[in-house]
Parts: sequence; structure tokens; C-alpha cells
Amino acid sequence: MKTNNKSRRTVRFSLATLFKTYVLRHAQVFFYSLGQLIRHPFSLFMTAAVIGIALALPTGLHVLLKNVQQLSGEWDRTTQISVFLKPDTSEQRARDLQQQISRFPEVEKVNYISKQKALDEFQRLSGFGDALKALKHNPLPSVLVVQPLITLDEQNISTQLITKLQRIKDVDIAQRDEQWIKRLYAIIDIVRRGVALLSIMLALAVLLVVGNTIRLAIQNRRDEIIVTKLIGGTNAFIRRPFLYTGFWYGLFGGFIAIFLVSVSLLLLHGPVEQLTSLYQGSFSLANINFRTSIILLIASILLGLGGSWLAVGRHLREIEPR
Amino acid sequence: MIRFTHASKRYPGGHDALLNVNFHLEPGEMAFLTGHSGAGKSTFLKLIALIERTSRGQVLVNNQNLSKLKSRNIPYFRRNIGIIFQDHQLLFDRTVFDNVALPLIIAGYPHREIGKRVRAALDKVNLLNKEKAYPITLSGGEQQRVGIARAVVNKPSLLLADEPTGNLDPELSREIMAIFEQFSQVGTSVLVATHDLDMISQLPYRILGLKQGQLIKDTKTDAQQGTMR
Repeated sequence: MKTNNKSRRTVRFSLATLFKTYVLRHAQVFFYSLGQLIRHPFSLFMTAAVIGIALALPTGLHVLLKNVQQLSGEWDRTTQISVFLKPDTSEQRARDLQQQISRFPEVEKVNYISKQKALDEFQRLSGFGDALKALKHNPLPSVLVVQPLITLDEQNISTQLITKLQRIKDVDIAQRDEQWIKRLYAIIDIVRRGVALLSIMLALAVLLVVGNTIRLAIQNRRDEIIVTKLIGGTNAFIRRPFLYTGFWYGLFGGFIAIFLVSVSLLLLHGPVEQLTSLYQGSFSLANINFRTSIILLIASILLGLGGSWLAVGRHLREIEPR
Repeated sequence: MIRFTHASKRYPGGHDALLNVNFHLEPGEMAFLTGHSGAGKSTFLKLIALIERTSRGQVLVNNQNLSKLKSRNIPYFRRNIGIIFQDHQLLFDRTVFDNVALPLIIAGYPHREIGKRVRAALDKVNLLNKEKAYPITLSGGEQQRVGIARAVVNKPSLLLADEPTGNLDPELSREIMAIFEQFSQVGTSVLVATHDLDMISQLPYRILGLKQGQLIKDTKTDAQQGTMR
């Protein structure tokens, strides 16, 4: 077996050389698969755009949700109690009550908003100015805005202080402004779950899109795969370029998703600022941050790899030399 | 090098492609496998390259029992065999050099080694000046020589060729055969399936004849046994 020995001898290289060769091969296939994709920029863009759009939707919603949560968190800290006075309460009586309540130990300060002031404000901010002029008398009640001490714990505010305020003569209703925040939280919670479900479904869609694209790529290169198998290519060797192709799809799709989310939020920025200024707030919509972008990219790449893994696992086995 | 012991292959559906074939090819020996289409030539080669497995009997290659070789080890086994196809199976999106380099890349050879070996292989088939060309620009004979270069670049101990001259004119066929002879002279076992009886009858090599899946002729054993026919 002279020849056999000869062929065996020549395959022997040092471990370092083999390792270097292995890494070099990986790098080559890595960029070779990129080169293959870039040779058909339109189809690359199409697939990456599908991935990008599918991922931009849940990501954008996620960023918006985070904004809303941040906003409501700010409101939560400044819990106020609105004390609505009975409509026929006089100006003097209201001022007395302001004094009286502000002396409560658990109260930090009390703002008095008279009927007239409330109406003026409403006219100015709501844009219903002219319509309100048609009213014969002011329908708004006077309000005392009570700011409890921040040190006061939640339970005390809602139960004791409110009951105490409620009992005062001429007080119509005393209510916490945070009632609706609680509702908002409940809504946010529902929306968050919705976004999570949507994310899962769209992630599956991305898996399938990548899987299908890779499946087509495998079928296009059927002959090459058969030849490679016949001359001793392992499944890992054949799988490699397809996996890297999935990686590139994921990467490009992720970038497109980040771009779409950033642009969309940028477009929303102006209108949101306008809206919050109407509510006398200053809130600026936060765009997608670095951390979220990185997570999105990693998720996108993993989905790309996963999709191609599924396709390769299923279809490479079917292609055997005959 | 190759040993068939009562090897049979029955395809699903009951067609017997090979029936009870016994045959031994020595290391460094060159032989031709003949027979009409459908006689079992392709199956014969497929059993050796482990594209198919025997239904009964055994095939040993390099003293390795192929029925005991696990599927995941098939790629490593095939690296020791050079296969040449009738339609040469080149990859048309790559240069001649890259085509010939493929077995070495698969086997994980270092970069420097690949250049040396590919040029040595191309030199043997007289195509050294075409390494940067694409297969589509080559003639049929040249393409087949690229296929041969790819099969031998790994220095396999066994060369299998399935109708390597099927599409070539007689002169080119003789050229190809001369290349095979060179390899067998340096110790590579060569088995060529062909139906070009005119050409092989002029060559002094062993001829195996298949008919309906049975080995009906073997010039070597027939001569040893004297007057079989």
C-alpha cells in the first residue's frame, strides 16, 4: 500500500497550521457568502427588508411603550388630590378652605384654581374658546389641588386623607388623580403582552422567511452540493456558507429595522412634543437607544442563523449523490 | 485495494442491479469495467464510492469493510478516492484553479500547500496555463482534464472514472487514457467504466464484463483459470 502511505503522510500538518487554516477558511466563507449576496443586491435587499419590517414593528412598539411607562412614572410620583368644591361655593369660602387644608399635617401645599381661572385656562388650551363664550355661565367648579407630603405612604393618602377632605363642608368630590394612572398601567400591561405575542409571531415569520430563502439557495446550488459530497465534503462544510448567509440576512435585516424604528420615532417626535405642550408638560420622545439596538441586532442575527439552520438541517439531508 | 465478496445490490422495487459479484483489484492495478447500459456498471462504482450500499455480500476498499462504515464517516472515506464523471461535474462559477482546489479546501489543507498541489495536478493534465480560466471557456477534453486534475489533486490511492471519455472523440479519449496509465504507473489503483470496447482492446489492461448485474468476464481470472470460455 505504497500510495496509501504516501497520501496519508502528506495530510499531516502541525496543529497550529491546521487551526490557522480552519480559522482562515471560516473567514473566507464568511466573506465569500457576503460577496455572493452582494452580487445580487436587489434580492438581498428584498429579504433583508422583509426581516427589517417584521422586526421594526415590535421594536418600535416596545420603544413607544417604554416612553409611555417613563411618562406615567413621572406622573405617579406627583400624586395630587383634586378637591372639587360645590358649584355655589363663594370665592371667600374657597380661600378659607385652602388655608384650612394647607394646615393639615399630611399636606405639603394647596393650590386654588378658581372657576374663572379654570375657564380661562380651558379656553386657552383647549381651542374651544369661541364655543365656550356661547355658554351663559361658567360650568366649571372651583378646585383645590392638594399636594400631599411625598413621605406619606400610599395607603394613607387614598384612605384617610381623602375621607378627611371629603368630610369638609362645601367639598363636592375629593379624588386622586392617579386613578386613571392605574387604568393606564393596566392598559400598558395589556399592550405589553400584545407586543410580546406580536414579537413571537413576527420572530417566527422571520425564521420562516430566512428558512425559505436559504431553502431556495440550497436548491439553486444542488449540483454543487452533490459534487462537494462526492469529493468528501462533510455536512458541516456544506452547511457553513448557508449559515453565514443566514447571518448576513439577519445582520442586514437588523440594521434596516433599527433604521425604520429611528426614522419613525423621529417623525413622531415633533407631533408628540406639540401634544405634550398642550398638556403643559415637556416630554421629549426618546428614540431607540444603543442597548435596544444591540439587542435587536443580536436577535436578528440569531433569527437569521436559526432560520438557515432549520432549512439546512431539513434540506441538506435530502440532497445525496445518486 | 477493492474486494467484492458475493456483493449484490437490489434496488427498492426488486430490480437486481448487481448479483453475487466477486472481484479483487490489486493496489496500483488498472482495470476497465464494461457492459451495456443497465448492466450494472454505475452501481458497481457507486458501491465503491459508498453512494449506494450492498444489499448482500461485502465490499472492502483499502481493507475497510464499507458496510460497517458509518454515514458520518463517508466524507472522510471519499477523500481517499478520486472520482471522475462523464459530465465532469465542474463548478461553473469558479475558475479552473478553484475547481481543482476544492478537495484540498474540503480536507483543510493550508493555503501554501494548496497552490503547490493544484499546480502540480494541472501540470499533469497539461492545463497549467488555464488555471485562471473558467470551465465554460474550455473545450470538452480540457474540461474532462480539469475533472481529472480535481480527482487526483488529493493524491488518492484509488481513481474511479465513470465513462470519462463518453463525450470525447477517439484521439482525446486516448489522451485521457494515457493520463490514467500514468497514475497507475505511480501506484494509484484505477478503475474505469466504459463501453468504448475498441479503445480498451488496444490496451494491455484487465477487462471486467458485466451483463445483467453479473460479472461474466474477467480477463485476469479467466486467463488464470485457463479455458473458461
